[in-house]
Amino acid sequence: MNLYARRRSTNTLVLALSLGATAIGVIALAAILWTLIGEGIAGMSLALFTQTTPPPGSKGGLMNAIYGSLIMTGLATLIGTPVGILAGTYLSEYARHNKLGEVVRFINDLLLSAPSIIIGLFVYELMVVRMGHFSAWAGSVALAIIVIPVVVRTSENMLNLVPIALREAAAALGAPKWKVVVMVSYRAALQGMITGVMLAVARIAGETAPLLFTALNNQFFSTNMNAPMANLPVVIFQFALSPYTDWQSLALAGALLITIAILILNILARMVASWSSFTK
Amino acid sequence: MADIALKETRGKPFQNLFDRVFHGTTWFFAMLVLAILGGVIVSLLDGAIPAFRTFGWNFLVTSNWNPVTEKFGALPAIYGTLVTSAIAMVVAVPIAFGITIFITELCPPWLKRSLSTAIELLAAVPSIIYGIWGLFVFAPFLQETLQPLLIETLGEIPVIGALFDGPPLGIGILTAGLILAIMVLPFISAVMRDVFETVPPMLKESAYGLGCTTWEVVWNVVLPFTRVGVIGAVMLGLGRALGETMAVTFVIGNAHRIKASLLAPGTTISATLANEFTEATGEAYISTLFAIGFILFVITLMVLVVAKLMLMRLQKQAGN
Repeated sequence: MNLYARRRSTNTLVLALSLGATAIGVIALAAILWTLIGEGIAGMSLALFTQTTPPPGSKGGLMNAIYGSLIMTGLATLIGTPVGILAGTYLSEYARHNKLGEVVRFINDLLLSAPSIIIGLFVYELMVVRMGHFSAWAGSVALAIIVIPVVVRTSENMLNLVPIALREAAAALGAPKWKVVVMVSYRAALQGMITGVMLAVARIAGETAPLLFTALNNQFFSTNMNAPMANLPVVIFQFALSPYTDWQSLALAGALLITIAILILNILARMVASWSSFTK
Repeated sequence: MADIALKETRGKPFQNLFDRVFHGTTWFFAMLVLAILGGVIVSLLDGAIPAFRTFGWNFLVTSNWNPVTEKFGALPAIYGTLVTSAIAMVVAVPIAFGITIFITELCPPWLKRSLSTAIELLAAVPSIIYGIWGLFVFAPFLQETLQPLLIETLGEIPVIGALFDGPPLGIGILTAGLILAIMVLPFISAVMRDVFETVPPMLKESAYGLGCTTWEVVWNVVLPFTRVGVIGAVMLGLGRALGETMAVTFVIGNAHRIKASLLAPGTTISATLANEFTEATGEAYISTLFAIGFILFVITLMVLVVAKLMLMRLQKQAGN
């Protein structure tokens, strides 16, 4: 009886601890959102979207940074998505069980978790040094390199879920392989691949480290892709660490904007995924 | 009929050609993934070679950091990287384990989905948000609560006391480690959950049938079955923690020196890069930054390779 009681109390204790651990995770998320909403909402105004980043001590907005972030995130997605989908196609349709496929899969997973600041260093050496100046192009390429492994991974997984019988049916009708892939596999895996791209966009929308030495920052509104361009993450970084309170409140407003955008993207991605016909 | 036959003879070579082009294109982009990793290694090494030549092996064990005289040593940055990651692991692994037990074994089904989603959203929050929250909220909070407490209690004990010496600054190695812990928590717990789900239900049900408690099932059945996978999950979290930049940069204090106290400011490799790279002048300085970047990349790659191998072993085992 004593042993039984001890086992029961150990169990209760551990389960209580696990409940506590879960509470810590949830509280952390709530605390972060609470701060962002509480502090960021004060800085929310129309000026945020219509005025450029101010010099210290005067009013302004984040228009140039929002524009830069949208352009570079968009361009990175445009570059990264086709590359990722085609590489994912290779892994799922042509190299599902061979050695080369295994190697690419392994390397891709390494890239997926590689520190993003290292990608920044790479693009600095690849583009900034060669071009002789920081540029929005370099920032977009750095972000695209982060998009690629995410899209490769999700599009491969989604194509793997397409039943083989579907491909065989198309092949039996005489369709060549590329037609089977493009018209059957892609169509069947479409929702899943869209989810993957959305998650990739969410991932790069807040990436700061790779932009620090590629796109740098720009105090002014600029549409020149060959020049440094302002972007939300780097502006947040600089403004938050500054001693000026108007800069700090702009940083918090920007942080709230990014977080809202990313949470919405994540929730939308989940909704798209739940329409998919092959996932559970 | 003749028309159709004619079309076929015209169509087939075209289709064959297109097939080959399509196959070749997908192959090319798959190879691009390999080329990116190769390119990263080559370009980092290329940038780092002058520094390695100048400082030799001493680079790894000295702690000078003087941009004016161009004398650099990577030890404080390496030390900071390893210590903050270690703190993060010590704190995050038990909590992630607890969350995983709660989600897989305890949680009522209606809560399971929203809870998993909440934890995954925590993983989606970008690191700069953790950094800004750490700077404005978490560091001042620690300065007023946890740090004075640690100084008064553990700080009084000999030997261990040295770890908690000095004034409560708020920012420092300990704060950076704790922020990292919150950041890697969802990654570890998400992978652990997948790993726990590879355990055949039959095994667990047999143990429950023998009268095991939930904890006994987890400790004696689930954990031994998933051991490699759990290690893989932890290593994956460690890989993240080592290379994490923005969350750390805000709260570490950026001091190139090694202090015994965890409350003192320090630096990590990634924080040094984020803070100093754009302001670095002179070839030696920039090359030094490339060199520490290379060291960071090598360390994280090794950790990630081990993590992947462990997880692959579990997958094979579960497949059989």
